[in-house]
Amino acid sequence: MSEDFEIEIPPTFEHLAMVRSVLSSALEAEPILKEERLQDLRLALSEATTNAIEAHNRVGTQAAVGIRITVADKKVTVRVSDQGGGFDPSKLKKHPPVTDPERLEYERGLGVTLMRRLTDECSITPTKNGTTVTLIVHR
Amino acid sequence: MVIEPTFEVAEYGRWAVMRVTGEIDMATAPRLRQHVLTVTARKPDGLVLDLDRIEFIDSTGLGVMVGAAKRMRMIDGGFRIVCSQPHLNELFKITRLNEVFDLYESLEDALTTVTGTLVEGVPTDGAGNPEGAST
Repeated sequence: MSEDFEIEIPPTFEHLAMVRSVLSSALEAEPILKEERLQDLRLALSEATTNAIEAHNRVGTQAAVGIRITVADKKVTVRVSDQGGGFDPSKLKKHPPVTDPERLEYERGLGVTLMRRLTDECSITPTKNGTTVTLIVHR
Repeated sequence: MVIEPTFEVAEYGRWAVMRVTGEIDMATAPRLRQHVLTVTARKPDGLVLDLDRIEFIDSTGLGVMVGAAKRMRMIDGGFRIVCSQPHLNELFKITRLNEVFDLYESLEDALTTVTGTLVEGVPTDGAGNPEGAST
């Protein structure tokens, strides 16, 4: 048994909080995750949605960003789909080591690390017009 | 729907203490950045960011803290973060920012080596003016 929640948002950052709320509400109805894991997934979802909105802004499209939340017995799956022209995570610039003073020059680029570390499964898949990020947290 | 962030800047001797509450994400991080810029422009001896009552913070917010640490380093000032929330401490570990920042469990701990008394501030807008005041 699983339940789907699907929303589309305009590509503006003011909608991030609403996306997080939808996830919380979905899991209030089906509380299969512990609070700590819910917090992990909320953050990972927020990061993925932020990246999707940024991608739309970069290519200048007002198309909606799609978010699908599937709550099953033993896992929660979140898919964030954008039409932002594609994204290659292997081309992300690596940060200098934390012991390097130059590390303080890098204020961005932590989002993908957080998505990967806070979920049990994280995939970034190119699509025809953009990218789909899939985040899974097990019960 | 977002829990709007609030920013309150207090003084403790020559140090500034900024208490942040609410949610910090890509939509609200510019306000945090503006407050950091305003406070660091006054060149305090140190800055304590008190995150104990923060509801949510993402990588953008963490990035603003990296910027704050950099600005304080440029003026030879101290930079400390108060955070006892396990989830936020976990984020610092995952990103290894716990090796960059000085983290403290409480404001008292963060100010142990600082001389001064706490002079409470009021919630301010990004320009350092009291919230709601006309500028």
